Amino acid sequence: MSVSQTPLLSVENLAFERDDSGLFSAVSWHVVAGDILQIEGANGSGKTTLLRLLTGSLQPSAGTIAYLGQSISACRYNYLTDMLYIGHQPAVKLNLTAEENLRWMVATAAKSNELSLNDALIQVGLAGYTDIPCYALSAGQHRRVALARLLISDARLWYLDEPFAAIDKQGVQFLQSCFQQHVERGGAVVLSTHQDLALSNVRKYNLSACAEQVV
Amino acid sequence: MARKMNSGFVAWLRRDLLLAYRRRGEVASPVLFFMMVSTLIPLGLTPEAARLGEVAAGMIWVMALLATLLSVDGMFASDYQDGSLEQMLITPQLLPLPLLGKITAHWLTTGLPLTLVSPLLGLMMSLPSAGYLPLLCSLALGTACLSLVGAVGAALTVSLRKGGLLLSLLVMPLYMPVIIFGTATVSYAVDGLNWLPPLALLGALLAASVALCPLAAAGALRVTASN
Amino acid sequence: MTWLSNGSPSWQWFHRLGSPRWFYHRSGRWLPWLSLAALLVLLNGLVWGLAFAPEDAKQGNSFRIIYIHVPAAFLAQSGYFIMAIAGAIGLIWKMKISYMVMKSAAPIGAVLTFIALFTGAVWGKPTWGAYWVWDARITSMLILLFLYAGVIALQYAYHSVDAASKASAILALVGTVNIPIINKSVDWWYTLHQPATIKLTSAPSMHMDMFMPLLVMIVGFYLFYAVALILHTRNEILRRERKTSWVRELANAKAGR
Repeated sequence: MSVSQTPLLSVENLAFERDDSGLFSAVSWHVVAGDILQIEGANGSGKTTLLRLLTGSLQPSAGTIAYLGQSISACRYNYLTDMLYIGHQPAVKLNLTAEENLRWMVATAAKSNELSLNDALIQVGLAGYTDIPCYALSAGQHRRVALARLLISDARLWYLDEPFAAIDKQGVQFLQSCFQQHVERGGAVVLSTHQDLALSNVRKYNLSACAEQVV
Repeated sequence: MARKMNSGFVAWLRRDLLLAYRRRGEVASPVLFFMMVSTLIPLGLTPEAARLGEVAAGMIWVMALLATLLSVDGMFASDYQDGSLEQMLITPQLLPLPLLGKITAHWLTTGLPLTLVSPLLGLMMSLPSAGYLPLLCSLALGTACLSLVGAVGAALTVSLRKGGLLLSLLVMPLYMPVIIFGTATVSYAVDGLNWLPPLALLGALLAASVALCPLAAAGALRVTASN
Repeated sequence: MTWLSNGSPSWQWFHRLGSPRWFYHRSGRWLPWLSLAALLVLLNGLVWGLAFAPEDAKQGNSFRIIYIHVPAAFLAQSGYFIMAIAGAIGLIWKMKISYMVMKSAAPIGAVLTFIALFTGAVWGKPTWGAYWVWDARITSMLILLFLYAGVIALQYAYHSVDAASKASAILALVGTVNIPIINKSVDWWYTLHQPATIKLTSAPSMHMDMFMPLLVMIVGFYLFYAVALILHTRNEILRRERKTSWVRELANAKAGR
């Protein structure tokens, strides 16, 4: 596979302010296929906000986000089909079973592969829990349900907000191997976490350094 | 299994219906509210059949409106809390379509049951017999309008902690035309007039709401859910 | 904004208008003249209407309340559209100033609606024998008051200025689409329930001597509305821009004097 010259995702001079107080500014980086980018920063430095800017659900106050060299608002459909975001909240419905939850998550996404829902749930360690309503599962298991989407999705860009929260050691290891497989297939991962990853090809970006001093 | 690209309408409709099925108790409460409040009217007004029959159509309509208003508040609330709404906002589909799916599910679980029990209430409130079919028809169309317009209000107030009361303030004035045409349909029929014209107006309202409300709700959600 | 900033000079005024600072300074210069004009026209209309216009054959002197009632009702309606248009401009062109105009227009409109309702009630007593009658126009006015109340309530419900502005702009637009529907349906409802026995002197049949002062009053109310809107907006500008250097300089200059 030839690595194309245009980065999968490039962020230039990104700034965000809410009600006239700046959160961060001049954030610039790019991500090519095979990259894992770890966003670091103190609490309140805007890690979640940055990820939500990337998904397009928030609008930056300055700067551009480009997907394959095109502004994400110009190629919204292609970009969103090639993107997977798992936020702070796992978006798991407590009254549905793990499998039902995963089914609608996949049904609303555009790109997915051939893996069956059941296999995905077994791989994330939920064998035997697939048909139990999620209110009977733990917070870590809820997160695993959401993370099972990673196995089914064909999106190249993964945005993960604190993916290791509430997850045990084996889960962390499994997740890291998922990242490794994903980038080997030509994908890219942007994640926010305080934890150090055991992977070798992780780049770090510290958001606190970009905090704008409010006078 | 290859999954084909879809509009999101069916996925969200099915999900919300399944959720409603799992929480049957909650779904029943607007209907119970509808029934209980209607028992208050003879107690507060008069048990006299003739006088009850006169106000029956209007009362049933006001109760249906209030019952819808109670349930519309929750249309996006739990989705907002557990992060599903955030996922909805970043699906590649055009946002109004998944929204229309959710609104349809809301109507199927509140408006439709209300419509179906309304003849029973008509009976209890001595509605003249000519009024039953128009009552059913007008409630079927009208409650769909209420769900659609209510969705806009729910979207505008989703991130507010005490959004419920505010939602009623925002939405109530917009409900006025629905209640006017709804009660008129029934009273036309009771008076022996042709009740199709007001029903047609209600249908026109519904058509306009289907076209515009999901758009407005989508715009509102993009503003409120990200803050 | 991108298509606007492509250097076409005809858009420059639009851009400048979008700057709160420019608006504040420019409106400061207009304001005294506009206020003077509003005052003169209103005084003229009031004296003409209350003292010189002929008495109504049926209603006597009580009809003279239309010189307040009708212009207030007029402005209450157009005020809602002005508010919604300002909101739409904010949503489309992301102009901060238009959100401020929208926020300022809401309470002014609500007060005018209330004045229209109140004077209507006062007028209703001698005319219909009751303070409140479910007349089509009065009912529409009441609903309009509720619509204003919704926009104001939503405006104050959000902590974030940005969310408050956009959410209430959307609500104002939804209301604008609905106002004609509401008015038509209320008219229709009224004709259904009330035989058209009580009808007011409608405008076209009004005598010219009565009508001219009314016209003057309407113009006066428009001018007054503009003055009130500009004053409110200037307030809002100072509040929202209080952290900027130009507002601080302004405050320092005032304090130093």
